[in-house]
Amino acid sequence: MRRETLHAWLLLLPAAVLLASFTHIPAIETVVNSFFSTARGMRPSHFVGLGNYRNLIADPTFWQAMRNNLLYAAITIPLSMGIALAMALLVRGRIGGRGFLRMAFFTPTVLPLIAVANIWIFFYTPGFGLLNQIGALFGLPNMNFLGQGATALYAVAAVSVWKEAGFFMIFYLAALQTIPPSLIEAARLEGASSWHVFRRVTLPLIMPTTLFISVNAVINAFRLVDQVFVMTQGGPDNASTLLFYYIYQVGFQFWDTAYAATLTVVMLAILVAIAIGQFFLLDRKVHYR
Amino acid sequence: MADLTLDGVRKSFGETPVLQALDLAVPDGGFCVVVGPSGCGKSTLLRLVAGLETADAGRILIGGRDVTRLPPKARSAAMVFQNYALLPHLSVARNIAFGMEIRGTPRADIAARVADTARILRLEAQLDRKPRQLSGGQRQRVAMGRAIVRDPQVFLFDEPLSNLDAQLRAEMRAEIKALHARLGATALYVTHDQIEAMTMGDILVVLNGGRVEQIGPPEEIYRRPASTFVARFIGAPPMNLIPSTTAGSLAAGAPARGETLGIRPEHLKLAPGAGVEATARRIEPHGADTFIQATTAEGVDLTIRLPAGNGVRAGDQLPLLAPPAHLHHFGADGRRIA
Repeated sequence: MRRETLHAWLLLLPAAVLLASFTHIPAIETVVNSFFSTARGMRPSHFVGLGNYRNLIADPTFWQAMRNNLLYAAITIPLSMGIALAMALLVRGRIGGRGFLRMAFFTPTVLPLIAVANIWIFFYTPGFGLLNQIGALFGLPNMNFLGQGATALYAVAAVSVWKEAGFFMIFYLAALQTIPPSLIEAARLEGASSWHVFRRVTLPLIMPTTLFISVNAVINAFRLVDQVFVMTQGGPDNASTLLFYYIYQVGFQFWDTAYAATLTVVMLAILVAIAIGQFFLLDRKVHYR
Repeated sequence: MADLTLDGVRKSFGETPVLQALDLAVPDGGFCVVVGPSGCGKSTLLRLVAGLETADAGRILIGGRDVTRLPPKARSAAMVFQNYALLPHLSVARNIAFGMEIRGTPRADIAARVADTARILRLEAQLDRKPRQLSGGQRQRVAMGRAIVRDPQVFLFDEPLSNLDAQLRAEMRAEIKALHARLGATALYVTHDQIEAMTMGDILVVLNGGRVEQIGPPEEIYRRPASTFVARFIGAPPMNLIPSTTAGSLAAGAPARGETLGIRPEHLKLAPGAGVEATARRIEPHGADTFIQATTAEGVDLTIRLPAGNGVRAGDQLPLLAPPAHLHHFGADGRRIA
């Protein structure tokens, strides 16, 4: 018995060491750090209690990043999920070039984000960028999408929608293919229109997938950093700064690691709260077979 | 209430013909069972009547009304699917009410008709349950409830009992028959199970490769199969078919006609001093009866059905005789001669 227990622990050890050293210990350390000041050359780190959290509440950039992030989430999550479902419904049926369409929709997911962001920078470039050239054909004035506070966040969000929709489509496509055709035929015999079939049969049956995708979409919306980094660096005037990018700035540009830890704890708390909320709120509407 | 008529109905999928010029008439209130091996086109036939597929040629009439080109909902045909096709996220009551809700039936009417249907099918206690909380038989009844509640002119059943265990199947056979007698609607019932075919239908249609082999009352099809295919397909164990040349004195006393002789296992007699000698190879007790596999000196395999307690053992020599009155004669094309 004792031997078996020992063997079990030995077998678990490699995974446990990896998990602990790269996930659990840093997580705990982050929480601990958020209660200490950042060590500087002359002054070692010391306990400040909730001092970092008080600073955070008084920090206008934090609130700006928070607002930006909520707006960004409110745009990208419903849009990317809606487009994903629409694309999945489109490429599910027997249409010509189905394989090509599926591939085309999924391509943005395969491309490295840095490359994608650079392509989109070209689209957005004032003067000779793709969007402005198309706009010029219709007599629209030149727009600097990424350089204006009013449009920068939306320009970044558009790239995210474009990228995420194809990824989520794969999940929806898989879910749609598990619906037995006889359910849809039975509904059609009852006189259900395509809309009825979608509303009353398809949508409820893919709810588990919708929940899964929405949790992922929320997490993605709050952990975006590379795209902002390449496209706007959070500018102009923090107009496109998102929470995670702000954490990066504070931690690795200003080297205020304690405050970065504080921001991280707050962001994790928000994510956990939303994920739990989603499960409890949606779970009643989700039917698992 | 209405009769159902199929007139020269054809259907192919791509190059593959599935149904070839099918004619069928089911009278008002009739119970027609379509039986055949898998791939014979029986499910396609049902889907054509339901409107889930469109016929390439021919006409389908329900109550004299040509529905060939009408959408499913305009046909007044309700279908019970093999896998029940219940919506897993809706309660039994909502599943039954599904069609009425879509058609915008007033709530009070829906409630009354769901209650009515639940009473007929003894589902009152299950109305708030989800399909996954039901037994197979209960799910089957919900699927029927969804069909009944529409008050259709024609009921279509697509192998509705094939997912149930044997005992439940026997119960549900009786239940469907009783329900049919009570509602009096015309029914078209597809199955590959010949027990269902024999016990349930007023009219039996045997399909093979998209063609009708025989149409008639079940007992007539059993008594006078129109072809060797029907002879083998209907009846368990199947009819013995013997090439005339190797029959020897098995059918002594009968005039030689056709290429093939047929004799049902229960009609083979043990006749000491007459007929042919066969060696019993395998004894299969089935309770009341025993099936015996035997081989004659000419190498013909025969199945004999005898009442239990006949004392035959493997290796025994059996003198077998086929009485002329019970012989079936088939021509070279497999069709019945007499």
